[in-house]
Amino acid sequence: MSTEEKRNNEMENEDQQQPTISRRYFLAGAACLSAATVVSLSPLLNAEEVPSTDEFIQKHYKQLSDEDKKEIFAKLEAGIDKQYGVAATISDTQPIEGVEFAYVLNLGRCIGCRKCVYACMNENNQSRSPQKQYIRVLKMKQGTVNLETSNHDYPEKEASSEDFFYMPVACQQCREPKCIEVCPVKATWKEKDGIVVVDYNWCIGCRYCEAACPYHARRFNFAKPQISAQELNPDMGYLSNRPRYMGVMEKCTFCLHKTRRGEYPACMEVCPTGSRKFGNLRDPESEVRKIIEQERVFVLKQEAGTLPKFYYTFAK
Amino acid sequence: MNKDSSGIISDLAKTILIGNRTYALWMFALIAISLIGLNAFSRQLAHGLYTTGMGDEISWGLYISNFAFLVGMAAAAVMMVIPAYIFKDEEIHKVVIFTELWAIAALIMCLLFITADMGRPDRLWHMLPVIGVFNWPMSMLTWDALVLNGYLFLNLYVCGYVLYKKYKGQKLVTRHYVPIVFLAIAWAPLIHTITAFLFQGLAARPFWHSGLIAPRFLASAFAAGPAFIILVFKLMEYFKCCTIHKDVIAKIRIIVTVSLLINLLLFGSELFTELYSGSEHSIHLSFLLGFHGKSVLAPWIWSAVALNIIAAAILLLPARENPRLLNVACVMIVVGIWVEKGLGFVISGFIPTPLGDFVQYQPTFNELTVCFGILAFGLLIYTALLKIAVPIINGQLCHRKNSN
Repeated sequence: MSTEEKRNNEMENEDQQQPTISRRYFLAGAACLSAATVVSLSPLLNAEEVPSTDEFIQKHYKQLSDEDKKEIFAKLEAGIDKQYGVAATISDTQPIEGVEFAYVLNLGRCIGCRKCVYACMNENNQSRSPQKQYIRVLKMKQGTVNLETSNHDYPEKEASSEDFFYMPVACQQCREPKCIEVCPVKATWKEKDGIVVVDYNWCIGCRYCEAACPYHARRFNFAKPQISAQELNPDMGYLSNRPRYMGVMEKCTFCLHKTRRGEYPACMEVCPTGSRKFGNLRDPESEVRKIIEQERVFVLKQEAGTLPKFYYTFAK
Repeated sequence: MNKDSSGIISDLAKTILIGNRTYALWMFALIAISLIGLNAFSRQLAHGLYTTGMGDEISWGLYISNFAFLVGMAAAAVMMVIPAYIFKDEEIHKVVIFTELWAIAALIMCLLFITADMGRPDRLWHMLPVIGVFNWPMSMLTWDALVLNGYLFLNLYVCGYVLYKKYKGQKLVTRHYVPIVFLAIAWAPLIHTITAFLFQGLAARPFWHSGLIAPRFLASAFAAGPAFIILVFKLMEYFKCCTIHKDVIAKIRIIVTVSLLINLLLFGSELFTELYSGSEHSIHLSFLLGFHGKSVLAPWIWSAVALNIIAAAILLLPARENPRLLNVACVMIVVGIWVEKGLGFVISGFIPTPLGDFVQYQPTFNELTVCFGILAFGLLIYTALLKIAVPIINGQLCHRKNSN
């Protein structure tokens, strides 16, 4: 017997001494593990939302050609018709040259009725269950602008009290928005007219923008958004109020599907006190421009350095 | 597949699959918990992040907390690599690979926690450079993705190289792996610094917006990570996997002590700045500590501070020579820093919200299950890696020349 063979034999002996695993046990174990994995994954069968292949491979909004958009909009409209039985139109109105939108809110007049909150929701097709609102009205003590002592959930009957003032806050459409800087996939950006938008088909749902916003302006669809067919507003913008997906971010867009056509945003239209003014900042004759130039206005959290285009004033 | 690689695979498979009763039970438990976690994650995928305790007010919860903690645990491996490769400590050099393997397991957990936190994990491909849109260098999250994956790759390379060469019975070629080790040494603090920058760069959250966050992250990581490694080494000795020289434990203990003291110093400095000035900026901290109305986090953060202080006391007193007390101190440090970083740092940054709303965060059962699933899966990977690495390093598992 050569040394080589001797070593071989020794090795084999060693093998026999070591505990081994039989093929049968191994296969049984592997089968059990696979079965258990499949069972673990079973809740996926009840998934509330499954993206189609087209949705899965859809490119970023800015990379879409006009034909791509046409096709996508048609599919979305067909999907809305199928789901809600509503004939919706999805528009993609582009920013108007020479227009930069700004908002002015007169805290001296606001009575905190929250009509803007609900008009916004009706216009923008936010989820009703769980309810998503873009505008939050803070009931503030007189003599302070301390947000920490403000009340966000005051009952309706506590509106228009003389002892308080009311400060509605929504997206401030900043000139230097931190939310768009932090987005890892550029799913949110500032349009030419200054409106910050979200591509609902590109957002990965990391919520970094929500953490970066100093105004608590962003809303995330933790659940599948629920809205009834009767409540659905059929006049939809692709970057604004079309139905949203589960797991994506959304926010106020100054009702861009309306305002880019020359209409006013829903919150302003509904305001019973005339506290809200909206217009083109670049037009020297516009109402907002005149107020900003002539009245004493301030922006919220100026120290955050985001340069909001949403101004507050305490006028009569 | 050639004979050579099939030999390796069968060797590795046998090593992982065969073990004593304790090993089998441990692995079975980890697999079971991982699968329960996978089940909970499937439920989350099906019904959205609504299944968690997060909301628009507290939009990051336990997933990001665990992520921040585990990035530190991964980075902490460097505290063993530095003495091994820079100060040429032979005893630590013998066992350094076990800490590098821990970095791999910790990083895998980090990536899983990030995936679990995504609203649309199906769209993660949007983050791939070239195919998707990668917002680099503006978004800190893209930096984090780069450094975490880079660090994972570096550690996989070093561990893979060392283990493969030892398995084959070949000599390690210094220039083939030591430069990568040095790169990893520089890289490790980077992963935790950038993870800190992710938070501290946000002016919207005054609690995070402090230059002390990155140093605090590093100090706490270099306390918790090596404390965990001490426990692992002691367990490995207990199960007679290998002998760890007692100097190794003593040296790691010094690293833990110094890091823990620095961490306490930085925490104290932050506490003083915030509370002495009494500016509005301090509202997050005073709420967290329970000075500003009811806070469910207050008992947690106070226990964390107590755990850290008691552990520091044990490590500074002669009692540290008592192995049992050392174990207790290490457990206290790991738990204390987990609470401090997770609940005390990530979640309290959201309370109050930027509009001054005070909201409490209560994780759901499903969310906790996902967390435990990911932690179990990480430990499963680490155990399997150790099961292979230990016999290779001990020279019991090697390539059989005759089968060539």
